[in-house]
Amino acid sequence: MDGLQVPLEHVLGLASLLFALGLTGLMVRRNILFVLMSLEVMLNSAALAFVAAGAHWGQPDGQVVFMLVLTVTAAEVSVGLGLVLQIQRRFHTLDIDAATRLRG
Amino acid sequence: MTDLLWLIPALPLASATLLIFGSQWWGPRSVAALGVGSVAAAGVCVLLTILSWQGAPLQQTLWTWIAVGELSAGVSFYIDGLTLVMLSVITGVGFLIHLYSAEFMSGDASYARYFAYLNLFVTAMLTLVMADNLLLLFLGWEGVGACSYLLVGFWHFDAANGAAARKAFVVTRVGDAAMALGLFLLFREFGTLDIQALGSAATAQWEVGDPTAVLATALLLGGAVGKSAQLPLHTWLPDAMAGPTPVSALIHAATMVTAGVYLIARTHELFLLAPPTLAAVAIIGLLTLLLAAFTALCQNDIKRILAWSTISQIGYMFLGLGVGAWSASIFHLMTHAFFKALLFLAAGAIIHCLHHEHDIRKMGGLRSRLPLVFLSFLIGAAALSALPLTSGFFSKDLIVLAAFEAPGIGPWLWAGAVLGAFLTALYSFRLVFVVFFGRADTLPDRQPGPAMAMPLSVLCVFSLAGGWLGIPVASVFPTAAEAHPALWVEAVSIGLPLLGVAMAYVLFLGRQWDASGLVESAPGQTLFRFWHAGWRVDGLYDWLWVKPFVGLTVLLKSEPVDRLYGAVVALCQFCHQQLSRSQSGRLRQYATVMAAGVIVLLGVVWRAAGG
Repeated sequence: MDGLQVPLEHVLGLASLLFALGLTGLMVRRNILFVLMSLEVMLNSAALAFVAAGAHWGQPDGQVVFMLVLTVTAAEVSVGLGLVLQIQRRFHTLDIDAATRLRG
Repeated sequence: MTDLLWLIPALPLASATLLIFGSQWWGPRSVAALGVGSVAAAGVCVLLTILSWQGAPLQQTLWTWIAVGELSAGVSFYIDGLTLVMLSVITGVGFLIHLYSAEFMSGDASYARYFAYLNLFVTAMLTLVMADNLLLLFLGWEGVGACSYLLVGFWHFDAANGAAARKAFVVTRVGDAAMALGLFLLFREFGTLDIQALGSAATAQWEVGDPTAVLATALLLGGAVGKSAQLPLHTWLPDAMAGPTPVSALIHAATMVTAGVYLIARTHELFLLAPPTLAAVAIIGLLTLLLAAFTALCQNDIKRILAWSTISQIGYMFLGLGVGAWSASIFHLMTHAFFKALLFLAAGAIIHCLHHEHDIRKMGGLRSRLPLVFLSFLIGAAALSALPLTSGFFSKDLIVLAAFEAPGIGPWLWAGAVLGAFLTALYSFRLVFVVFFGRADTLPDRQPGPAMAMPLSVLCVFSLAGGWLGIPVASVFPTAAEAHPALWVEAVSIGLPLLGVAMAYVLFLGRQWDASGLVESAPGQTLFRFWHAGWRVDGLYDWLWVKPFVGLTVLLKSEPVDRLYGAVVALCQFCHQQLSRSQSGRLRQYATVMAAGVIVLLGVVWRAAGG
């Protein structure tokens, strides 16, 4: 395609890298704000893969899904930030490991 | 006089009912009056029946008890000579023992309960002997068993008495189960349980030696063996001495334990069709009488000696039944009821006056201190030993001579029986000499009162003169040929008991021959302990039945089947614990596990797709 200067493999590689980075952040960071940010990174890496795939096949669906992901992310962030506020209020910390009251 | 028949069992029953439900309203005097009076009134009814008896059997049907399908059993009575003998013994000896109990049991906290049980027992025993069908007989049979249980365990605050009562109940239950099976078999064969109808139907249908007849009579014999404490179900009777002494006299000497003899005599028409069973009856009787006589020789508890002697004497009755000397057996049943009740009541008087002492080694010299008891005991022991002219002599002599005449094994039966008679005299007079002669160790603190003295005196007369009483059973049993054995047989039969008395004198009173060295030698001790333990039959049963059963219950108590289900539960709980440990509540860990899971899934899908 004319508009695509970057090969698909590179974009998908970047998306995978971003996803892995996000996942690693999700797994290792204890600060809930960074956890949320890691989630954003993962969601956006997936969205990037959609966009790249849509561009590769010349289909608009990739960009449609990107819009959907963007909306979901906005909703998720609003709920997530609410949770962050609640956790700060109840535990006086942002450490995610402090909230383990649901353990079996 | 058939109108009076129903009153005979009804009077003690009414009294028992009043005593059970109204025990708090009666004082001891009215309890005694009610308990003794009801049996006395029943005795008067029996006397009136005998006086007006024409010789023909009387029948009275009160009502139909059970009518289901073919089975129809009435509460109906059949009175013939045999029943009248039993009725006289039960109400006569029973009345004397009730009277004796009124004093013996005075001061007992459960005076009313005692008389209620005793009256209930008399009711059941009267039902047993008056019944005209085997089902009603079985009702009485179980009734006397239940009352025996209640009275053996009368002083139930001592756990040992409860154990003795349970043993008596359970061991006789083995025989009762056999008897119930016998009744089922007879009903299946003939469709009736009416005793007279059964007799004629069996005679018509069965040939002599018919296998079914042998089986049916063997099952009935099982019931008789259990109730009459014969081998191999005799072990309960010595332990049953845990009950009050008048109870031992009434139930475990005079009446209930002879129910087996009565049953066989009552169904003799069936037994005549089964010669193998009759031979078994004779052999069981012989073995029992010898075993019990040897055991009695080695006991030291006055009541246990008498209990073993009862077993031995019932062995004589079985021997008599087995050789066809029906009326001689019933005669011995009657005289035995007199002299054994006398012996037990005298023993009770000794125990009563001697601070509840049972051990004859701690007694002695009571001859002058309790003269009436001494006289009673002497007469009782003489009759038990079958010394000439006492009541026991006539009845036992008839049995022994009839045993000699029995075809085939007769002389052997006779030899065993006279050996038993010798031993009987030996242990009876050992008892007399040890208890009433020699040094006085324990002194009596009171004398028997009139209510105890009167029954003793009356029973003395009957034990001496009972041999001249005629019993009207000629029309009941087939006439046996008069036994005319050789002179030497008669001489030995009469002489051996006398020899036994002489030997008891030499051993235990004159002490011309000291046998203690023989007894204390190693084999002597072994034999003594073996006989003292009743030939270790109890130990054998303990090893054979009780221990495996107890072991099984201990095993089952730990619920072996539940172990399996318990294992399933434990496995579930273990898995649950492991899984719930993974629920740490740590979000990051969940995310990690999820990521790992996704990677694994992807790997699986990738491989499955053939990548």
